[in-house]
Amino acid sequence: MTQGETELIEALHLTKQYGSHTAVSDVSFTVEDKGVYGLLGPNGAGKSTIMNMMTGCLSATEGSVRINGNDIVTEAAEAKRHIGYLPEIPPLYPDRTPEEALGFIAMNKGLSKEAAKAQIENAMEVTRITEVSRRLCGNLSKGYKQRVGLAQAMIGDPDIIILDEPTVGLDPREIVEIRGLIRELGKERIVVFSSHILSEVEAICRKILVISGGRLLEFDTPERLAEKYAESTVVDMTVLAPETEARKILEKTDHVNKLKIRPLGSEKCRITFNSSATDQDEMCSRLFFSFSDAKRPITELTVHQASLEDLYIEMTDNISNDQGASGRRSAVSGKGGGRK
Amino acid sequence: MRSVVKYELLSHVTNIPAYVFGAFLLLFAGIYMTVNNLKAGSMNFEYVLSGMSFIFLIAVPILTMRVLAEEKSQKTDALLYSLPASMTKVVLGKYVAMLVVFAVPLAVISLYPLILTAFGNVYLKVSLSALFGFFCLGAALLAVGLFISSLTSSQAIAAGACFVVMLVNYYMASLSGYVSSKPYASFIALFVLVLLVAALFYLLTRSLVVSGVLAGAAEAVLVILFLVKSSLFEGLFGKLLTSLSLFKRYDSFVDGMFDLSAIVYYVSVIVFFLALTVLSMEKQRWAE
Repeated sequence: MTQGETELIEALHLTKQYGSHTAVSDVSFTVEDKGVYGLLGPNGAGKSTIMNMMTGCLSATEGSVRINGNDIVTEAAEAKRHIGYLPEIPPLYPDRTPEEALGFIAMNKGLSKEAAKAQIENAMEVTRITEVSRRLCGNLSKGYKQRVGLAQAMIGDPDIIILDEPTVGLDPREIVEIRGLIRELGKERIVVFSSHILSEVEAICRKILVISGGRLLEFDTPERLAEKYAESTVVDMTVLAPETEARKILEKTDHVNKLKIRPLGSEKCRITFNSSATDQDEMCSRLFFSFSDAKRPITELTVHQASLEDLYIEMTDNISNDQGASGRRSAVSGKGGGRK
Repeated sequence: MRSVVKYELLSHVTNIPAYVFGAFLLLFAGIYMTVNNLKAGSMNFEYVLSGMSFIFLIAVPILTMRVLAEEKSQKTDALLYSLPASMTKVVLGKYVAMLVVFAVPLAVISLYPLILTAFGNVYLKVSLSALFGFFCLGAALLAVGLFISSLTSSQAIAAGACFVVMLVNYYMASLSGYVSSKPYASFIALFVLVLLVAALFYLLTRSLVVSGVLAGAAEAVLVILFLVKSSLFEGLFGKLLTSLSLFKRYDSFVDGMFDLSAIVYYVSVIVFFLALTVLSMEKQRWAE
């Protein structure tokens, strides 16, 4: 491994266009330390395209990817030696056994017979496919296929393992096992994996790359992402007041943002807003007195910290709205993260 | 490349098409030898090979249809793109594996002239030359089939298209007799042919500029030549069809010649179509 000497993954201004459609737009980020990194985004956000460009399966229209300092296009052989890749659909030949499939990768990565044998045995043991190693891949269950794909990605002891939605289609037990495996792999190397399930990414990732509409919105730790959003307190309340009057009262109250009021009849409404107030008790008191002065009782009041899920929805909603309203906008550079 | 050859050979061994391919060759070689040599008493084994060359029309699509089309349909091509090996090595590996599959039944067939020596005086040198020519013909056709397989993810379409191409090539020399020998007819045919080649080049490279410039230059040369010396075009298209026919070139081997020009042509076709296959596979990486 050459960790510490250079950036292990360096993506610079990655852009991919299919005709007039921009699948990925000006995505830049660097990954220098080992650990698990999550590529998070809704379906169709451009995650697979970014991963395909990172592994050299797809060329970028603009920009470049360097793996351990080697360009993935011009120095492909050297760069690809450092990568293990599991695409969304595990690339398995149905008429081959897992053992043969792993042997093929080992030969292609230039391993000696002894090294290949040791690594294949290790990969099969870690991914727990030894018992099916001589069955045809075509006859394996989805879970086992995914494990064989994962074992393929491990052959050659790569510095970087890239996994495209490795838990899709698996049963809950398999999902837990694969997540555990990803966590283990991340202790020794860089693991980049994509998912559209936030809880999954939040649970095992050191840092998260949030992708939406082909753009990189954030690149930071789950904790810092939550901190970064000052308006991360969400207030839900029900008041016995007409919608217009409730709105009038709240508009006079400080730190009320993104106000949403849903009428529940003529004299009752449900209110949700984000609060940027630092002292929650003071904010609640102020709310209480504002409505009691107007003789409008609050029947329910809940204050909670926004989860990463709320932030994710907010982030991806913003980008969708922006795209709808004003078309393209310059992307956010991932290095250092930050919303700009 | 060795790993690809090994893996691909294993794939051929565990799948039916390679056996069907070998069985077709052996079956028809057996039938033709029985009829030509054993029943008719001819000592010319080369006629057996000449007579059975039509079998490539069916055998080549059977062997080549799945080689790359299946990779796409099963999404295993992602593995090929992510390997440290270059696409040239992958394509060469797959091609060499097919040549090995082709060489096995041919090795059995090559024993037939030796068996015939027990019954009379067989022209072994001519037989050997014909066998070599037969191998070169098959190798060139396999390269064409491999390229067609790289164009689609459907094995059925790959097989169908390959059969049509083989059929056209098989009858190309015969069809040339029906083509008008008038200069303007050859000029128009060549003009259209250049456009078709440019369209294929564009489909493979997606480079409108390069394809356009190449087509423009070739068309300009054609127009100038036609205007300056139209007599050059007299019967030109017919001659071109005959000289491009892979099957027609094989006739010289059957006639007892070790035709170097035919071998050079076969090798050129192999290199050209393997290069096109690499380009076709790389095109998907550069898809836009």
